[in-house]
Amino acid sequence: MSAAQATVAARPRRRRSEISERRLAAYLVSPSLIVIALVAAYPICYAIWLSLHQYSLIHPGLSRWVGLDNFRDAITSSAFWSSVKITFIFTAISVTLELVIGLAMALLMHAAFRGRSVLRAVVLVPWAVLTVGTAMMWKTIFDADLGFANQVLQALHLPGGHTVWLGQNGYAMAVMIFADVWKTAPFMALLLLAGLQVIPDDVYEAAKVDGATVWQRFVSITLPLLRPAILVALIFRTLDALRIFDLPFVLTQGSNGTTTLSLYAYQQLTQNRLIGPGSALAVLTFIIVMAVSFLYIRLVGGNIRALAEDT
Amino acid sequence: MSTQTVAQPRTWRARLGASERVGTSGQRPSAASRILLWIGVFLTIVFCLFPFYWMINTSLKTGGELSTGHLFPHHPSLDNYTSIFKNSDFTTALRTSAIVAGGSTLIALTIGSFAAYALARLRFKFKFLILAIVLSTTTFPPIAIAAPLFKIWTSGLFGIRLYNTYLGLILPFLTFILPLTIYILTSFFQEIPKDLEEAALVDGATRFQAFRKIVIPLAAPGLVTAGLLAFIFAWNEFLLSITLTSSANRRPVSAAIAFFTGSQQFQIPLGTIAAATVTITVPLIVLVIIFQKRIVAGLTAGAVKG
Repeated sequence: MSAAQATVAARPRRRRSEISERRLAAYLVSPSLIVIALVAAYPICYAIWLSLHQYSLIHPGLSRWVGLDNFRDAITSSAFWSSVKITFIFTAISVTLELVIGLAMALLMHAAFRGRSVLRAVVLVPWAVLTVGTAMMWKTIFDADLGFANQVLQALHLPGGHTVWLGQNGYAMAVMIFADVWKTAPFMALLLLAGLQVIPDDVYEAAKVDGATVWQRFVSITLPLLRPAILVALIFRTLDALRIFDLPFVLTQGSNGTTTLSLYAYQQLTQNRLIGPGSALAVLTFIIVMAVSFLYIRLVGGNIRALAEDT
Repeated sequence: MSTQTVAQPRTWRARLGASERVGTSGQRPSAASRILLWIGVFLTIVFCLFPFYWMINTSLKTGGELSTGHLFPHHPSLDNYTSIFKNSDFTTALRTSAIVAGGSTLIALTIGSFAAYALARLRFKFKFLILAIVLSTTTFPPIAIAAPLFKIWTSGLFGIRLYNTYLGLILPFLTFILPLTIYILTSFFQEIPKDLEEAALVDGATRFQAFRKIVIPLAAPGLVTAGLLAFIFAWNEFLLSITLTSSANRRPVSAAIAFFTGSQQFQIPLGTIAAATVTITVPLIVLVIIFQKRIVAGLTAGAVKG
């Protein structure tokens, strides 16, 4: 540090005013904005362009303008609405379960005095495991004949020991939700634990002196004070769940009621080579995710504004 | 006497409540609540670790034992591990992942730290707008950029074909790791006291010198956090990895593992997949455990603000 200060001090004083703060800010921010423009904004605009065209399957490269036809076809097809429904059911159930289980784990970690650092390392394991690898693993665990899940059910003489988990509607979705909850409930727990740790203790002490029960304290102190952390965790998880692709791709290839929006668009684009309609689906996915995130940002917009103004 | 019997459940519940915050309040919890607590701890550990244990267990089994439910391999063998390391597709995929995830992480850290410094320290217009753009980029569904990127990459960008190249994956990975890096680093930079920098500025340093020689060394923990998270996210990426590559020598591990099954629909090479997943996950788990506090700090950056 002393060497740094020496070189710093050796510079003439005028240098500081030579570049104004605004110009420096522009220089510093522009590389990131250029990258975002190049690999996010431009592709999105190009996707919209593709979605307004019909591409010939026989003559590659040949296309014609069809306006909003691809979108009309999409929103009048039952396959699209089925994938919307599947995506929203998956999102609602998995995010709810993750919140409940994550909150329980967070309260536990907050209470487990000696085991806290061990627990924190343990809950990071599912989060760090390669998603595609775990999806493969669940696929084999829920295999109908040789899977571990059915073997356990049979060994314990429980009903359902011969369930074809991934081969029926409903059950396939349940496995997909289970796999997602396993991987991300711990993540939720860590976000909520950070929220719990900033709640001051004397609030609880005061409530206890006033004779509040555990449940009353949880409902009227913990939950309201945890609200910002819960909202942020919900945003992260909801946006991820709406975009889910790898789990259904590996578990079922979208069969038995697991074709999510992203997977449906992917199938149209790659397997059926329908570039126009597939792009329309991708754009619709984008619009749905943006609409949901906009709703959330309206709810917690203060967070971003606080980050921008906290200088 | 009667008051005692009424009071007992209340004290028990109160003690249970106290045990929830024992870490900070310092009271000794009752035996019953301690037992409940440890049951919860046990369940959490089993829930989180058993599936990964099952994967390790599977990776050590071979042949007919793979289809058994044995909790321990009766004939443990490292055959699956030797076979994946003999498989050049897998070792190539490992190298590809290291290059692609490492490269995109380095780029994101470099340009992301510039942007984060400006956002955290400098006064300029449109700051809120820029943060909003950066954050909204994290919500982009990969499918919405996969199709256009496939077309652009195959037909060429400024005359360069990026399809099936390292750079062709590094660039799109930046769409999700660059905003993450900027967000984490902005909140880290805000935590660094301004005094040191201002002293340097008074001594005649330029803003850039202050940034490079004072802020960056102080923000090293933040850089480690952001770098680790970015690396893990890039390492796990799947949709773009399978869309923008076509050959085994440019496929990252996440895509390569999915293609282990592609050739044989009805017989999953279970042992090798388990061994591959364990192999590529263990380094991440070791990193995560070493840096657990930093990672949690990064994951929760901004989550408890406002």
